Parts: sequence; structure tokens; C-alpha cells
Amino acid sequence: MIGGLFIYNHKGEVLISRVYRDDIGRNAVDAFRVNVIHARQQVRSPVTNIARTSFFHVKRSNIWLAAVTKQNVNAAMVFEFLYKMCDVMSAYFGKISEENIKNNFVLIYELLDEILDFGYPQNSETGALKTFITQQGIKGQVRLLLLHKHKYGNTHTKEEQSQITSQVTGQIGWRREGIKYRRNELFLDVLESVNLLMSPQGQVLSAHVSGRVVMKSYLSGMPECKFGMNDKIVIDKAGKGGGTDEAVKSSSGKQSIAIDDCTFHQCVRLSKFDSERSISFIPPDGEYELMRYRTTKDIILPFRVIPLVREVGRTKLEVKVVIKSNFKPSLLAQKIEVRIPTPLNTSGVQVICMKGKAKYKASENAIVWKIKRMAGMKESQISAEIELLPTNDKKKWARPPISMNFEVPFAPSGLKVRYLKVFESKLNYSDHDVIKWVRYIGRSGIYETRC
Amino acid sequence: MPAVSKGDGMRGLAVFISDIRNCKSKEAEIKRINKELANIRSKFKGDKALDGYSKKKYVCKLLFIFLLGHDIDFGHMEAVNLLSSNKYTEKQIGYLFISVLVNSNSELIRLINNAIKNDLSSRNPTFMCLALHCIANVGSREMAEAFAGEIPRILVAGDTMDSVKQSAALCLLRLYKASPDLVLMGEWTSRVVHLLNDQHMGVVTAAISLITCLSQKNPDEFKTCVSLAVSRLSRIVSSASTDLQDYTYYFVPAPWLSCKLLRLLQCYPPPEDGAVKGRLVECLETILNKAQEPPKSKKVQHSNAKNAILFEAISLIIHYDSEPNLLVRACNQLGQFLQHRETNLRYLALESMCTLASSEFSHEAVKTHIETVINALKTERDVSVRQRAADLLYAMCDRSNAKQIVAEMLSYLETADYSIREEMVLKVAILAEKYAVDYSWYVDTILNLIRIAGDYVSEEVWYRVIQIVINRDDVQGYAAKTVFEALQAPACHENMVKVGGYILGEFGNLIAGDPRSSPLVQFNLLHSKFHLCSVPTRALLLSAYIKFINLFPETKATIQEVLRSDSQIRNSDVELQQRAVEYLKLSSIASTDVLATVLEEMPPFPERESSILAKLKKKKGPGVVPVSELEDGKREGGELNGGGERGPDSAMSASNASTPSPSADLLGLRSAAPVSAAPPSAGSLLVDVFSESGAGAPSAAVSDDGFLSSVPPSAASEDLAPPLPEADELLNKFVCKNNGVLFENQLLQIGIKSEYRQNLGRMYLFYGNKTSVQFASFSTTVSCPGELQSQLNVQTKPVEPLVEGGAQVQQVLNIECITDFSEAPLLNIKFRYGGALQNITLKLPVTINKFFQPTEMAATDFFQRWKQLSQPQQEAQKIFKANHGMDTEVLKAKLLGLGTALLENVDPNPENYVCAGVIQTKSQQVGVLLRLEPNAQAQMYRLTLRSSKDTVSKRLCDLLAEQF
Repeated sequence: MIGGLFIYNHKGEVLISRVYRDDIGRNAVDAFRVNVIHARQQVRSPVTNIARTSFFHVKRSNIWLAAVTKQNVNAAMVFEFLYKMCDVMSAYFGKISEENIKNNFVLIYELLDEILDFGYPQNSETGALKTFITQQGIKGQVRLLLLHKHKYGNTHTKEEQSQITSQVTGQIGWRREGIKYRRNELFLDVLESVNLLMSPQGQVLSAHVSGRVVMKSYLSGMPECKFGMNDKIVIDKAGKGGGTDEAVKSSSGKQSIAIDDCTFHQCVRLSKFDSERSISFIPPDGEYELMRYRTTKDIILPFRVIPLVREVGRTKLEVKVVIKSNFKPSLLAQKIEVRIPTPLNTSGVQVICMKGKAKYKASENAIVWKIKRMAGMKESQISAEIELLPTNDKKKWARPPISMNFEVPFAPSGLKVRYLKVFESKLNYSDHDVIKWVRYIGRSGIYETRC
Repeated sequence: MPAVSKGDGMRGLAVFISDIRNCKSKEAEIKRINKELANIRSKFKGDKALDGYSKKKYVCKLLFIFLLGHDIDFGHMEAVNLLSSNKYTEKQIGYLFISVLVNSNSELIRLINNAIKNDLSSRNPTFMCLALHCIANVGSREMAEAFAGEIPRILVAGDTMDSVKQSAALCLLRLYKASPDLVLMGEWTSRVVHLLNDQHMGVVTAAISLITCLSQKNPDEFKTCVSLAVSRLSRIVSSASTDLQDYTYYFVPAPWLSCKLLRLLQCYPPPEDGAVKGRLVECLETILNKAQEPPKSKKVQHSNAKNAILFEAISLIIHYDSEPNLLVRACNQLGQFLQHRETNLRYLALESMCTLASSEFSHEAVKTHIETVINALKTERDVSVRQRAADLLYAMCDRSNAKQIVAEMLSYLETADYSIREEMVLKVAILAEKYAVDYSWYVDTILNLIRIAGDYVSEEVWYRVIQIVINRDDVQGYAAKTVFEALQAPACHENMVKVGGYILGEFGNLIAGDPRSSPLVQFNLLHSKFHLCSVPTRALLLSAYIKFINLFPETKATIQEVLRSDSQIRNSDVELQQRAVEYLKLSSIASTDVLATVLEEMPPFPERESSILAKLKKKKGPGVVPVSELEDGKREGGELNGGGERGPDSAMSASNASTPSPSADLLGLRSAAPVSAAPPSAGSLLVDVFSESGAGAPSAAVSDDGFLSSVPPSAASEDLAPPLPEADELLNKFVCKNNGVLFENQLLQIGIKSEYRQNLGRMYLFYGNKTSVQFASFSTTVSCPGELQSQLNVQTKPVEPLVEGGAQVQQVLNIECITDFSEAPLLNIKFRYGGALQNITLKLPVTINKFFQPTEMAATDFFQRWKQLSQPQQEAQKIFKANHGMDTEVLKAKLLGLGTALLENVDPNPENYVCAGVIQTKSQQVGVLLRLEPNAQAQMYRLTLRSSKDTVSKRLCDLLAEQF
């Protein structure tokens, strides 16, 4: 289990140090600093073993979070915990930065006491935590130490306290009872990131989509929800079992998608998923991630990049890149950015583009082309002339791939939310009374085309 | 960098450096550098000419980036351009960049060389110096090729500035060290030597480094430098401290030059010219005198400089080794340093004294300091100084003080630092041996040594004691007595046990008269240590025991008892077990005469150089122990020991060399040697004894287990792959059938069809290519490993080398059985599939039962014959568990497939199966009777085979046991 947790700033100074077990000494703090943060070579592995002690680290902007253990722990669990820890911290005080951490160190220690117990991760649900760690984080530049009236957390009545206890220790630890909203509202976001590696000829070498379904619920009482999407297995099953017209149509019309693997929030009843493949749950209050999934088949690639690189002698390079948007003309892609790497001996660049803005960024050795918006089924191109300085090095330019960033308002995996039903038997509101919002966002992950 | 001077400060560079210093992360730094590199690239693009200042600035930035650890692959051209600038700072930066960044195989080297050449031929001394420094810094072969001719000219030219001469001399030295073959002095030699007379001290100092290096390579050419050096030295030494002005360092005139001069003189023998020699001796005396004078300054630099000259002078005196007067003076001077406050001085004094001690003139003088040195050994805090003290003690030791020194070293050993213990032990051992007047002292010393520092006593040391004891009759008794006493200590070192075991085994009889050390007491004493020792020591002790049996017949019973115990005769260590078994047999079988011959006292060892000395030399590397001293030691040792200077024992070193477990062996038996390899010294009778006992010895068992896959590779095809692990299993499938698939993998299938008549057989092999690609260089070989060659005759024709995809190739084998056999012939198949060589070795299913002729006979006949074959070796029986079902029909089919006749109604128990057959071989016919008794309840079989030949019964029994 996790023996200790340290937070460092970019210089390697320790901001937070919490040791849970005796086998982690004070020197572990220095070992990580010396061997990872100040290492001569950049340490790329997130797990480092130093003197039989394992360090698991993640980096958020300039902050290093490191979990330390001497035991053989489940590394995936540790990283999951670290990510969760980041989520919790940002839920309390916003961006994770050195200043924020310094301003909130009391809060962080309190959080660490709560979500790790003798190195074992505990309930890390932000909503649940906020019920009993009521300190408010100090955000951003607000340096006024808000002497919160609940500073010492003793302001709960006895009744409230016992309620919290029963909730946290009960079966449904993520939701407390007696929540009431005037408007029952529900927001559903399907967030996907699409990854691609394409050959210069347009052949897909590898592609996958990793997606998340994030939900924000403001529902009264203890509602029971049921979530349905166009998962191939469910739809095929329905088609076979019911034989209704709709089901047949949907399965034949390529409306279903094959999900390679998925994970759920703890509130989802896994037994029900395993047996019926239906996703039913009592949602936590507020924002949470309902599921995560990955698909590799039938991915809609929103953009196609066609590179054309010509070397003119030793001192010149002509690059032409065409991008084509490949989705419904009514939709608009946003924040498009194409990054064309330039050789290391570039001495000058001339760029001409029809749309957007392009610029040679010397510090990154790349031409960066930005387009604010682009509708579907359109085409745009850039051409650049790169002047090279002759070098005495015979090394050939390795031609790194052209990468791309964008945001599109649909799910590249083809995932569709079919329904999200809410049942609350005790309170008198029905499924129809709930206002539901669904939004799809597709973003680029590592979206590269070789040239 | 003088670039910071006014008006020349490169602001851009300063800004860039401070930007980088302010970067918060590595990524930010890399970004900044990338940006700067792009900027420099665009500046260097060559659209418009850059002025010298910006060129210098950008080259400086590149240099800085390079020093930060990034690759720089451009800008060299600009740096070369800077070389042709007339401004000092620009030129300097250009040269700096080139010295740091340009590698020798660059294309630019020609341009650079050109620029350097221009600068060398310019009259500007600064530029010349810059160029020379660049040559020296790069120092590549190309540079040497280009400038090796030029530089000596600059060096000796009359109009060259002094500073340039200095640079030139050092540059030449660098080139000479890098590529000596290219720097040819030839005509310049005498003029370079005359630089020693130069007015300018700096030039002399630089030149003398060059001359020293050159004269070490070819001393004859530079001989003339000796007299010049002496005169120069005498001028410096006799000058007052104020004469040399700039070259006086803390009141010492030109200390570096003096040291270098003295060192140069050490390259040559003492000058023959009397006048020169007189002058030199005078100089040396002056130096020694000056060292005695009270210091002119309390500063440490003053004394350092003075002492440096003194030590260098003493080295020269030692090197000449011809002036007794000076040597003794030097020794006395060093003696003062032995107790100096400065650790470094003490160290140096001891080190110099070490060399002084080996000179015959100063040896006595050194000896007067013995007390101080011993004191240093005991009280010194610094381990390296203690080490030197030990070295000096070793060097100053002779017959007169050996006992004292050895005693001191022994007592020091107990507290000595671990790192020098082993060396100390060796030194004590050597000294004790070399200066031993009476050998009882020697034995005492070495035993003491083992007692005090047993862990550090190497093999050689205790080998040496034993050699000496064996070669010297007069100490044997004393040695036995001392060893016996030493062994009585409750805890004694294993090396002591080794020595004790060996000596008591050889000479225990010399002390057996005393009732306190009666044979049995000796044995019990040794044996009490036995269980605490390692395997090699135990082996040695076992040999000592057998020697005891010879020396004291009354201990025989006790010792045999010990040898017979399970912990010996069944010891898991092969060596120990073998010794126990052999010694036990030897003692019980051989008569006392034989024993006495075999276990005779060891003959004296042949004379050779002491192995310890060799080890010490190896440890310290050549040259550390002065040669003269070694010779000295040999001479003295020779006369003292009266020929006792013996080399390492042949028996022991031989057995060490040849056996993996080094063990001194009393019998001279090699541990790995087979049992019958008796020592050559023993008589023929002994060989008999051994061969007889060898037959019964379990270690001599012949490993022959039928189809063991450790088949020796046949000579015909050396690169035969070892048989497949499943080959035996495949073979067993075919014991009871003649046709089927022998082998199959993804590529190849081998089918078999065979028929046998009498002692002849024919086998058809079908090789099927399962792939769609053809097999190239397909070849098969059938080989009969080992003795099978004479038992079975297999003839075959080669197959086609190409096997098309999906095709099948047939091969016919003609087999003739000459006599009964137990191995199976090997079939090796080689072919290329898609470039990869496939190599498969199988066992051909030719087994002895294939040559069965069934014989029908009645019950009475059967039992009559059964009884005839009743000798124990004719019968082979096995009881085994059923591998398959006990189905009657299957069993019958299998027995018929075996080739025998299945006899019905013969056995009174109908459950049993009885078969009979004759195996046909060319040489003879072997009748075989078989009886198989199944026990359905226990799922067991009992198989009994009787035949007229024992090997046949056994083989058949083995084969059949696998079938049911």
C-alpha cells in the first residue's frame, strides 16, 4: 500500500509531505528529488525504483505528485488514486499550482487524512468529501485568508453528523439522503478523444477513441437511473429478443458501436451490467464520471491530413499540407491547430495559407497553423517554403509526423445516448419532469499523419 | 574571456545567458535554445554579410549552447571566418570554438590549417601564440602532419619572441606525445638542446619538458644536454634568491626549472667528464646544504618548493648510486623528515628511503632509522604511510635485524589495516624464509603467522612451509611437535589444519614416542577439526589418515571405521567420497608392503624460485620491488639455506592446475582422474589392486541405459542436432508396429513403412513437405552411434536435394542385423526452409524385436525351455504399472506385433500371456521366452523374459515395459 505522498514544486522543494507508514524514511523525499526531478536525463517512466523503494509520480503543470511505497502494490491503483487526488484538489481550490498548494496546505493535509488511511485509499468522491470537509479552498489570487465560520468543522449539529456518518459508512456512500431541488436537472457530456496514426498515403496505421461519459445531476431524493446507449451487444440482443421494427433498423443501419472495454463509476451496479448489460445506478449529487470506454472499430475520423513534402536541393524544402473536414456540413469544428515539424537546420520559413493563421515557431521547431472554425466537408491548405542551412552533419532529417488538434461537436466513435431514465418512487416526480441535457464533444488525442 | 571589456561586451550573449539561467524548467530552457538557434541560423543564412562583432557573438552563443550539452551542427564556417579577422578577440573566439568543437575528420580542417598557417607566418606574436595553442589543443594527427615541420623552425628561429618559443615548445611536446612518429627532430636536435642556454627562464622551462620527453625516447641524440643542464642547474643553485627576480618563488630560485633539470638528469647515467661530474656533485651538495639552512619564510610554499628540489635531488643521487657520501647524507636528511609534522613529507621520506635501502652504500645508514620506522608503523594514523613504513622495513631487512623486524611485523599484523594484511603476510613469509638461520625459528614464525592472520595467508605461503619442512630433515621433528601443539588450541585456522594434517601425516611418527602425542591422540586431534573444515581440507585430511594407517598400523581399525562411516563413504561430494572409498579399499586389500610403497614419504621438492616471491611480485607489479634487491635476496638465500631455496611443490601446483578444487594431495592422485589411473611411481601390483577395486567401485559404473538420449555424436556428421526430446517416445510407438507416422511438425511429416525377414529388414521413409514452399538442400543421414556400428548395418541412398511444396519424397533403407543391439540408429534431416536451416534428429524405430521369428510350441516344450534358461543373468524381470487399459485384445495385438508367437493354453493361469520367438541376427540366433502376468486389481503387470543372451533379455524387457 502507499507508504507516503509528497508534493514538490518544479525546483524540487517539498510542499506537502505525508508519510503513512514507518518503512518510508525522510530520505525518500530527497531520493526522489535527486533521482527524478533533478536527474540528468529526463525521467520518462512514471514509476521509478530507488533503493528498493518505488516512486509513482504524476506531473500537473509545474507540480510533482509522488506516491511512495516499499511494497509491491498495484501500480494502476496508485495512479488512479493520484489522478483522483488531483481531481479532488482542483474541485476544492481550482488549478493545481504552487501558490494554490501553499495557500491550501491545511486543507490538503486534511484531505490526505481522509482519502488515505494507513496507505489504503478511501472514499475520494468529491461530493461526499465536501459534506464533511467543509473548509473552502482559497482560489487563485485571493490572498485574504477567509476565516471561514466553519473552520474547525464543528458546526454540524449532532443530527447532521450522524447523518454524515451513516452515509459515509453506509451502502450508498456517494449520495446523502434528503436532497431536494426545485428543478430536477441533469447534464450529460460525452467527451471523446480520438487518436490516429496515418501513413502519408492515407492508410490508417492505428486509431482508437477513448471516451468518457460525464454527468452532472441535480436530482431530488434517491433516484434510480438507467442509462442506455447504442452498444452493439445490447442492440443485437434487443433485436433478437424483441424483434421490433426499430431495433432491427438500428442494428442493420450501422447505428450501433462495438465497445472494446469500459469501466464504471462505483455507483453503477456491475452485477446488473454483467447479466443484462444495462447500466443502472443511483447517481451521486453533482458532477462525476459515469463511465470510461474505448473503441477501435468504425471510427469517424473528423479530419484528413494530406502532406506533400518536397526537398529542393540541400537548402530548401517545400511543404504543402491539405486538411479536409469529414463530417456533416452543418457542424462546426473548433480550435483547429496543425503542427508541421521543421528540420533542425531551418534558417527561414515563408508560409501562405488560405484560412486561419500560420506561424513558424522557432522555439518548438514547428510551423503552427491555427484555424478558429471550420465547417464539415470543407478543405483548406497551407504551403510553406523552408530554407535550410547547410550543415556538415550527414544525418538525414527524420521527418516527424504532422500532428493536429481540434474539437468537434459529435462523438467520433459514433456513440449515441439512447435514453437516460430517472425513477424516483418516493418523491412525486417522474422521468418526464426531469430536464435533461446531452452534449457530445470530440477532441483530438494524438492525431498524427506521417509525411 | 576578455570579451567583457568596455565597448566589446556582447550584450546579446549576456542576455541570452541570463535568460537561460532564469529558465524555470528544462523544457523552457530547450525552448529558449531552439529559438536562439533558429535566430542564429537565420543570421548565418548568408543573405547579407555579418560584421565581425555579430559573428563573434553568435559563435560565442553556439559555443555556450554546446557547452550546455546540445549538439551543434552548423556555424563552423563562421568560426573559421573569424580566424582570418585581425581583431584579437574575434580571432580568439574563433580559435576557442575550433579547439572545442571541430573534430579532426571535419572537412573544414583544410581551411583551419590554412588559417593557422597564415597566423604562424605572421609576425604578430599574439596571433602566433593563438595558433600554437589551437594546434596543441586539437592535437590531432592531421594537425601533426601539417605542422610538425613548421613548429621546430619557429622554436629555434633567432627572431622568435620568447613567449612564442614557450608556446612552440609545449605545442611540439603535445604533438610528440600524440603522434611521436610524425615529429622528427633530426636536424633541430642540437639547436633545441641549446635552448637550455636561453636567456629567458620561461623558454628554458618549456624547452626542458620537451627535451626530457624526447630524450626518454632516444637518449643518445640528446646526450649533450647533460652538461648544459648541469651548468644551468649550478647557475640556478648558486644564485642568490633575488637574482632571478620573476622566477624566484618564495625565496627559492626557479624551483620548477630545478626540479625539471634534476629529472632530466635522471634519464642519463652519471656524467663521465670529471669536471661536469664535479660540478654536479657540488650542486647536489649545495642543495643538501640549503635544505639544512633555517627557512627564510614560514610560508608553506617556501618549504614545499625547497623540499621538492631536495627530493628530486635525492632521487638523482639514488639514481646515480655512486656517491657514498651523498647517499649517506641524503639518508640522514630523510631521517629528519621521518618525524616531520607533514604527513606528505613522512610519506615521501619513507618512499625515498625504500629505494635508498637497496643501495649497498646507504643500506647501513638506512638501518639506523629502524626504530623510527617501526614506530611509524605502529603509531602512524595514515594508512598509506603505514604501508610505506612496512615497505621500508621489508627493504631494510637483512640477517642482522631479521628477527626483530619479523617480530615487529608479526605483532603489527594483529592490528594492521585489512587492505594491507595480505601483502604483509607475504612479506613476513618471505623475510622469515630468506633470513632464516635456524629453521625452528622459521617454522615458529610461519605458524604464528597462520595463527594471527590465517585468513590472509594465501595458499602459496603454507605450500612453502611444507616444501621447506619436507626438504629439511632437521626441522621435521620440531615442525611436527609445534604443529601438534598449535592444533591443540580450541579454535585454529583452517590453514593451520591443512599444515597440521600434512605434516602429521608425513612426520607424525617422529613425535609418536611421547605418550602425550601417541598416534591415536594425533589422529583424534586431527579428526576433531575435520567437521569444521571445507571440502578441500577434508580431502587433505583423508589423505593424512591413510598415511597414518601406514605410519601407525595400530590406528588402522579406528581409521577404517571413520572411512567406512556414511558421512565419508556416502558423502555428497564426489571427491571426498572417492577418496574415502579408495582409501578404505586400499587399506583393506593391499598388504603392508604395498601400503608402504604407495604411502611413502614425499620426495624432496625440486628447487625453484619461491612461489611467494613470485606472488608478491605479481601483486605489486614489476618494478616496485627493486631488481637488485631480488638478486640480493636470492644470493643470500642461496648461501643461507644451503640449497633450501625450493620452488613451489610440483605435486601441489600440478594438482592445483589440473583440478577444479585445489587440494594438496598426499598421493599425487588427481581428483578428476579415473580410478584405474594409479600413480606411476607405484608398482604393477598396485595397478592390479586398483583395477580390481575399481570394478566394484560405484564411481566406475558404465553409464549405459538403453535409449538414453545422451548418444555420443557420430563422427560422420559433426553438426548433428541432438535427438529431439520426444524421440524416445516416438520410438516406443513403433515397438509393436511397423508402419505409421514417425514424426510430424508444421513443416515436415515423416511416414514409415517397414518389413523384416530373418535378420534383414527394409524400411521405406516418406518425407512429406507440408508447406507450399520448397525445401532446399534437403538431406538425410542415417548414423549408428557408438558400438551400434558393428551391430547393425544400414544402407541407404541419398534423396533429392529439393522437395517441392506439398510433395513427398521416398527413401529406402536396407537394414541388416549383425548381432543383438540395444541402441537405435539416428536419422538426421537437414533442409532449408525460407533461408532458415532446419536440423532434426530422430531415432529410427529399429529395435531388436523387429528381427523376431515366431516359434510355436506346446506347453511342455515351453516349460522345459523355460527351466533351461534359469540362470539369473538370462532372466530379466520387471513389475510395472499399467500405462494403458488392460484390454485383452489390445494386449494380444501388441504381443503379436512384437513379432513373437502368442502361445495359447500354455500357462496354467489363463490370464497370463506366454510368447516365444527367436531373434535372428547374422552371427547367432537367440531364443526368447516371454511371460506377461497382468494383475487387474492392482493395475500392474509382471513381465518376465528369458533368453539365451542376457543383453537381449534386458533390452527386450526395457522395451516392452513401456508398451503396456
